[in-house]
Amino acid sequence: MESLWAYRNLLFEGTVVTVQLAVGSLLLSVLLGLIGATAKLSPNRLFQKSADAYTTLIRGVPDLVLMMLLFYGGQQILNDLGELTGLWDYLEINQFTAGVFSIGFVFGAYMTETFRGAILAIPRGQIEAGIACGMTPMKVFTRITWPQMVRYALPSFTNNWLVLVKATALVSVIGLHDLVWNASTAGRSVREPFTFMLAVLIIYLMITAISDVGLRWLDRKYSVGIRKV
Amino acid sequence: MDESDNRTFWEYLAYVSEHQSPLDFVLVWDHIDRFLWGTLLTLEITVIALILGGILSVPMAIARAYQHRWLNFPIWCFTYFFRGTPLLVQTYLVYYGLAQFDAVRESFLWDPILSSAWWCALIVFTLNTAGYTTEFLRGSIATTPSGEIEAARACGMSAWTTIRRIVLPSAFRRALPAYSNEVIFMLHSSVVLSTITLQDLLGAGRWLNGRYYLAYEGFVTAMLFYMVLVFIISRGFKFWEKHWLGHLRQREIEDEPVTLKAG
Repeated sequence: MESLWAYRNLLFEGTVVTVQLAVGSLLLSVLLGLIGATAKLSPNRLFQKSADAYTTLIRGVPDLVLMMLLFYGGQQILNDLGELTGLWDYLEINQFTAGVFSIGFVFGAYMTETFRGAILAIPRGQIEAGIACGMTPMKVFTRITWPQMVRYALPSFTNNWLVLVKATALVSVIGLHDLVWNASTAGRSVREPFTFMLAVLIIYLMITAISDVGLRWLDRKYSVGIRKV
Repeated sequence: MDESDNRTFWEYLAYVSEHQSPLDFVLVWDHIDRFLWGTLLTLEITVIALILGGILSVPMAIARAYQHRWLNFPIWCFTYFFRGTPLLVQTYLVYYGLAQFDAVRESFLWDPILSSAWWCALIVFTLNTAGYTTEFLRGSIATTPSGEIEAARACGMSAWTTIRRIVLPSAFRRALPAYSNEVIFMLHSSVVLSTITLQDLLGAGRWLNGRYYLAYEGFVTAMLFYMVLVFIISRGFKFWEKHWLGHLRQREIEDEPVTLKAG
């Protein structure tokens, strides 16, 4: 226990990195999810097919494989491109960026399915009514689709977020100094790996519990005026 | 005469692969056995863990669904712990963590089991999948139509006979779609094996890249292997769902997707 207290700053810094990573990848995944859902529901076949290919690819490949491919391979592609076009000099993808991009990319596919289902759950007549009232597509989205979509999407969104938080642990494998990396280094140096890993597990449970409270608040906010069964 | 004409086809292919193709596919082909062994290890641990975890989860799900007085809360804690924390950290806790205790290192379990990465991974994976399976199996047991249970009572079945003959068979069927997700999810999670020194599929890819100082080949090959495995698994489950859930399938209705385009 004293050793945990002695390393409290390291654990705290790691937790901050983990949370930043999770929030960053969440934002990217929501953006990709909205784009993906729009593409899947668009009348354009090319958009539909590419969004399908995207979600199928992600369902087929473990996130750590994509992460490593991006971290080691993406770097090379980026520098080859830079050399070819002469637009930029040697660039280095750091672990944080690789983590945000790969986790965001992976969960963008899950968000695509979440948002697609939520948009499909909105009665079609409402969207048509909006168009009939002369709303622009943007206005239909902000006034009709989005507020209801959030409500329909929330349960699945919550689930995605909880899985995403756990996925951030994998970034320690490519060497990001996150909670897991810091704790296992500290645990090894004081020869108490069990204590430190247990602390990590408890911190993850705390992050989960806190986000549970926040998501319940969101759920209440977006379900105002909806009768519960 | 051009020197290149004297080469055999194989030499030509190796040349193209090494110097012109973006991926050195001949090199991958030379080490394909590593990937096959890796696939075997990945599948071995995933499948054994799924079977053992599945067996463990049935009684736990029953106890949770029927809200057993003593067992409900401990099992809830178990599933909350395993579902709420990353598998990677759970694996580290057992594989690296247990050595911290002298009592564990000196016990009879240490030498054959707890000091081996294979066994530690198997134990953690089994408990992890048991946690997830328990929860969705509990859900599908709890949603058994009450008419079916009343009918079983009316026929004079005891509580256990009802569970065995009525509740479980229909709960298993309804849990099938969720279970196919769990199987794919476990396959994805099995990459954790490569972080505790085991040569699984991703481990083979990392080995190839490390040995020849490559950026993509190993990972891309591992990625393709994983995709093939997931494809086979989801095809299998589609077939089973058709077989076991035929009575629940919606009739095919023309369902045009909603478009966001105005006008």
